[in-house]
Amino acid sequence: MTLLAAHDLAWSAGGVTILDGVDVTARPGEMLGVLGPNGAGKTSLLRLLAGLRRPDRGTVTLDGTPLHTLPRRIVARRLAIVEQSPEAHTDLTVSDAVALGRTPHRGRFAPLDAADRAAIERALDLTGLTALRTRSWRTLSGGERQRTQLARALAQEPAVIVLDEPTNHLDIRYQLDVLTLLRRLDLTVVTALHDLDLAARYCDRLVVLHDGRVAAAGAPGAVLTDALIRQIYGVDTVVETSPHTGAPTVTYLRTTDAR
Amino acid sequence: MRSRGAVRRPGRTVRPPVVVVASAAALAVSVVVAAFVGTAQIGPADVLGVMLRHAGLGALAPSPPVPPLIDSLIWESRLPRVLLAATVGAGLSVSGAVLQSVTRNPLAEPYLLGVSSGASTGAVAVMVLGVGAGAVTLSTGAFAGALAAFGIVLLLIGGGRVADPARVVLTGVLVSQFFSAITSLVLMLDGDADATRGFTYWLLGSLSGARWEPLAAAAAVIVPATLICLLYAGALDAFTFGWDTAASLGIDVARARAALMVLAALITAAAVAASGAIGFIGLLVPHVVRLLAGPGHRLLLPLAALVGATFLVWVDTFARSAFTPHEVPVGVITALLGAPAFALVLRKAGRP
Repeated sequence: MTLLAAHDLAWSAGGVTILDGVDVTARPGEMLGVLGPNGAGKTSLLRLLAGLRRPDRGTVTLDGTPLHTLPRRIVARRLAIVEQSPEAHTDLTVSDAVALGRTPHRGRFAPLDAADRAAIERALDLTGLTALRTRSWRTLSGGERQRTQLARALAQEPAVIVLDEPTNHLDIRYQLDVLTLLRRLDLTVVTALHDLDLAARYCDRLVVLHDGRVAAAGAPGAVLTDALIRQIYGVDTVVETSPHTGAPTVTYLRTTDAR
Repeated sequence: MRSRGAVRRPGRTVRPPVVVVASAAALAVSVVVAAFVGTAQIGPADVLGVMLRHAGLGALAPSPPVPPLIDSLIWESRLPRVLLAATVGAGLSVSGAVLQSVTRNPLAEPYLLGVSSGASTGAVAVMVLGVGAGAVTLSTGAFAGALAAFGIVLLLIGGGRVADPARVVLTGVLVSQFFSAITSLVLMLDGDADATRGFTYWLLGSLSGARWEPLAAAAAVIVPATLICLLYAGALDAFTFGWDTAASLGIDVARARAALMVLAALITAAAVAASGAIGFIGLLVPHVVRLLAGPGHRLLLPLAALVGATFLVWVDTFARSAFTPHEVPVGVITALLGAPAFALVLRKAGRP
């Protein structure tokens, strides 16, 4: 189990400050939800956490080691990221795409070995893609592409997985499947989510970003309050505890003028 | 169940090594056959005999010695020409495949990064302006011009740090246009009709000047650069879903991208210096091989090299023998035969 932590992160692009003084910790084995309105800096935070960008200030550590001091390949064996809707420039099959997850484990000329194949099979199976393995990427629906990217990341056999809106494009059945799967796996998960109900129900803890800063962090029941949602989303809500799941559930009433 | 890594297209399941070995065998046969096509009196055994005698293995030769005139035709002219066709065909195909992945653009081809325009300017400088006062060959001028143009492209894209493929492609286009303008200007102001015609012929691509030395010069660049490209097969695959996904898979993206662009440019520059700007093959072959063998570069690159080599050997044989006594620039034929072949493959691939 691996701990991913970030301290005092700052990041700007094109002269615009996107993140400023963000602290985030994903404890070993927990599922941490990253919430926030559009433009709050969720995607930028995930990229910094995955080591895809160097922060302007602050550090990201993986089990205590600063990410930027580790070779990319070593990081890739421990941390995988699922981006939002990546495009392919050539056509490939689902299993070709999932096999890319083995890149950090393979030698330069090594064909896929037994361990590689087993990891690919397992990832296809977990994401329900076994029957689609020979389908071409171009023919996949948005949801199938999303699951293929998740399978690719799982084939990487990481200890930490970072996901940017993994339930985008998925129908409700697959949203539940994917989140249940992420909880069930022995992984440290950091995921951006839009759906507050699902975040409250599946995540151990939530971090809410607003204008590049952490507006709230903690257990879903403590973080998701009427006041917070009004403050950062500009929506009047009623937050209750669902009698069916025991998790907080949000009823949206109306947008407010101030945001 | 189908095995992973096999060539997976409807109706066939072939192991990659089998495909590569078969393609290599096809190339070897093509080299020998192409060396005697168009010469009435000799056959494959004579070509093998010539090769073995020159290699000091005359005892193994399958046929009695051929007349000295034929021997010199085969050894001094045909074989270097056929081998240059194979080398250039392999190089351009690998360069095209690499650039299609590095620029994430299926329309990318070897001349995308200004190499052919730069080579033209270099060639014109030697041919028309007499730069180097006879001490510099046309090939050297073209090679230098190609690298100069690519060097400018590389500078403008920050040594490969510019990630946006559209900016990379546009930079290549603008540098190409600039060098083409210089070439035209020189030809307009200084070139007589003969020089212009000679230059146009060179530009279309021709292997008729092939001898052992230019072959050795081209191969000395193309063979090692192609082999180094193979080391990057994993990175080329990882580029499929963009730079961030590639980086998350452990690839040092900026470095791999710069190295691959330099390798592709070196290969292309050497090919153009040896035989002019032979078109279409660098676009066509990677696509055809991808349709047949899938997108994985561990198989795609070696197959593209072998198929591209075989293709150019045959196209050049056609170009030199089909219209005797005329010889048509091979670049004309690559497109003339390649375009319809490509259309057929695309049609077939489009069917469910």
